[in-house]
Amino acid sequence: MTPFTRLQGLVVPLDRANVDTDAIIPKQFLKSIQRTGFGPNAFDAWRYLDHGEPGMDHGKRPLNPDFVLNQPRYQGASVLLARENFGCGSSREHAPWALEDYGFRAIIAPSFADIFYNNCFKNGLLPIVLPDTVVDRLFRETFAREGYRLDIDLAAQTVTTPGDQVFDFDVDAQRKHRLLHGLDDIGLTLQLTDRILAYEARRRQEVPWLFA
Amino acid sequence: MTPRTLYDKLWDAHVVHQEPDGTALIYIDRHLVHEVTSPQAFEGLRMHGRKLWRADSILATPDHNVPTTDRQAGIADPISRNQVETLGANCQDFGLTEFGMHDPRQGIVHVIGPEQGFTQPGVTLVCGDSHTSTHGAFGALAFGIGTSEVEHVMATQCLWQKKSRTMLVQVEGELPLGVTAKDIVLAVIGRIGTAGGTGYAMEFGGSTIRGLSMEGRMTLCNMAIEAGARAGLVAVDDTTIDYLRDKPQAPKGAMWDRAVTWWRTLVSDPGAHFDTVVELTAAEIRPQVTWGTSPEMVVPVDGRVPDPAEAPDAVRQADWERALQYMGLTAHTPIQEIAVDKVFIGSCTNSRIEDLRDAAAVVQWGLQQGRRVADNVKQALVVPGSGLVKSQAEREGLDRIFIEAGFEWREPGCSMCLAMNADRLEPGERCASTSNRNFEGRQGQGGRTHLVSPAMAAAAAVYGHFVDIREALK
Repeated sequence: MTPFTRLQGLVVPLDRANVDTDAIIPKQFLKSIQRTGFGPNAFDAWRYLDHGEPGMDHGKRPLNPDFVLNQPRYQGASVLLARENFGCGSSREHAPWALEDYGFRAIIAPSFADIFYNNCFKNGLLPIVLPDTVVDRLFRETFAREGYRLDIDLAAQTVTTPGDQVFDFDVDAQRKHRLLHGLDDIGLTLQLTDRILAYEARRRQEVPWLFA
Repeated sequence: MTPRTLYDKLWDAHVVHQEPDGTALIYIDRHLVHEVTSPQAFEGLRMHGRKLWRADSILATPDHNVPTTDRQAGIADPISRNQVETLGANCQDFGLTEFGMHDPRQGIVHVIGPEQGFTQPGVTLVCGDSHTSTHGAFGALAFGIGTSEVEHVMATQCLWQKKSRTMLVQVEGELPLGVTAKDIVLAVIGRIGTAGGTGYAMEFGGSTIRGLSMEGRMTLCNMAIEAGARAGLVAVDDTTIDYLRDKPQAPKGAMWDRAVTWWRTLVSDPGAHFDTVVELTAAEIRPQVTWGTSPEMVVPVDGRVPDPAEAPDAVRQADWERALQYMGLTAHTPIQEIAVDKVFIGSCTNSRIEDLRDAAAVVQWGLQQGRRVADNVKQALVVPGSGLVKSQAEREGLDRIFIEAGFEWREPGCSMCLAMNADRLEPGERCASTSNRNFEGRQGQGGRTHLVSPAMAAAAAVYGHFVDIREALK
């Protein structure tokens, strides 16, 4: 996993609540057995004017000029500014895979759906929860100023605006540590193998019918 | 001892290790696997040369991509076929039990787990699927995970978790005729919103819930995730235990007695503290119909499409306007004047035997009135949740009722709930659906979904538009 330390990124504002993972990556692209290559289909139904299917040359498809990601001023954005309950619905990790593959490294919203929030950390993508009023303000500033960038520092847990306003955010210590260093969860967990085995031996005594 | 909630008990029993920040490593007893969210996990194990921790904790089946028409011809779409075949190959390589596409026990993961007795009270159960919350109906801690976590459970039998807050949804009294578990859960989502349960484990309790069958409880817990709660829960009682008796993977003999003794403790203690309590009166719940593109956009069947001008805030006003435009609806339209093009009865929410009985009863009643699937309804699908549900329904003659009325009787799978197989809505088509999500494009790009109960979907099929099932049943 790519570590996340600090990012100075162009911001794109996606001004709608309850953006679900079906919208982030539609079902027809979930048939892939790969982990990569989902970027061209991030927000597929909103981003293109035609109906997308796997195997198409997405570079040749007609873009929807009204969709915010397609506007010239937001090209190269790496920070997605969103509204409440971002990433709700399906548990598909293809959603963070698509966002990361598109080029996003951080998402800022007043709230995230639990499964999506968790999936982001497994993929070097930092979800940041900021209060409604702050998110409102960031939306206003992003709309008002072309080339609006935010400075995100995970170690310091801060988001800094071009006007040097600093907003603190919360993140679990363990998630932060793993993301800062790009650590492999499974490798770390396997260091606790003795404890897992001890628990399992006890459980086998307590509920033997759950073991073959 | 401090009284504990059911969630507290399940959590405490599974903590393997706890970090100072409160993050805990919890043990996972059961793991359901399907073809869509698992290939990258198996590949990850291979890439790192890691072994599977416990093959006997896993049950696999293909459900999302499988055709619901004749299966002898195989899967036409080569990409879908490859995904289903990849699951088969992975299960073989890693020594896993798989109910393949031609196995009579194949079906939707959340239907086959319970009917096999693989789902049991007191277990932790995960699956790379958000509707894993379904299994909480058995007093199990069950939740959906992403593919990285699927791989993590395969490699370590554990997951890192933070303890959730607890919410009690208390429903009291007798349900009116024609009102079902689906209407209860849609009413809850309408009340608290799709993010209302975020960060919570949601326990459903009260006399109404005690009176529900396991099928009804599964419908409730299934849609806890649509309220934002990763886990739904219902306490264990006689209904739970009666359902599990004689299920293939349920414990037998002395083990059964031992298990039941423990299962009966899986209830929230009197006086246990919940962080939030939501109360509903069953008598006040009416059949629900969603009108928009989020499950919280829901009104009773005797209501009207709402006016965005009356939305609680500016963000929601814009969302409502966008939803009405997508849905092709005008504010103030009575719900019962909305005509449908297709009807879908199925999905992990409502494809169990009781759901099919409910729908068939309405269809049977329609036949007696000389009604078949209405002329304006292009297609009405019934997709049983599993091969076993299908054969049970056929033994009861439900298939003949549906077919006589003009419904299509299909093979089991996820089908038009998310349209990964060939069953889908075309752009602009409107569907009365017993599934769980009315998101844009969920049932097919440009498709318009209205979520309802099985009885309401059946009634919409024979009338061609939404009707108040309470009136029809009088």
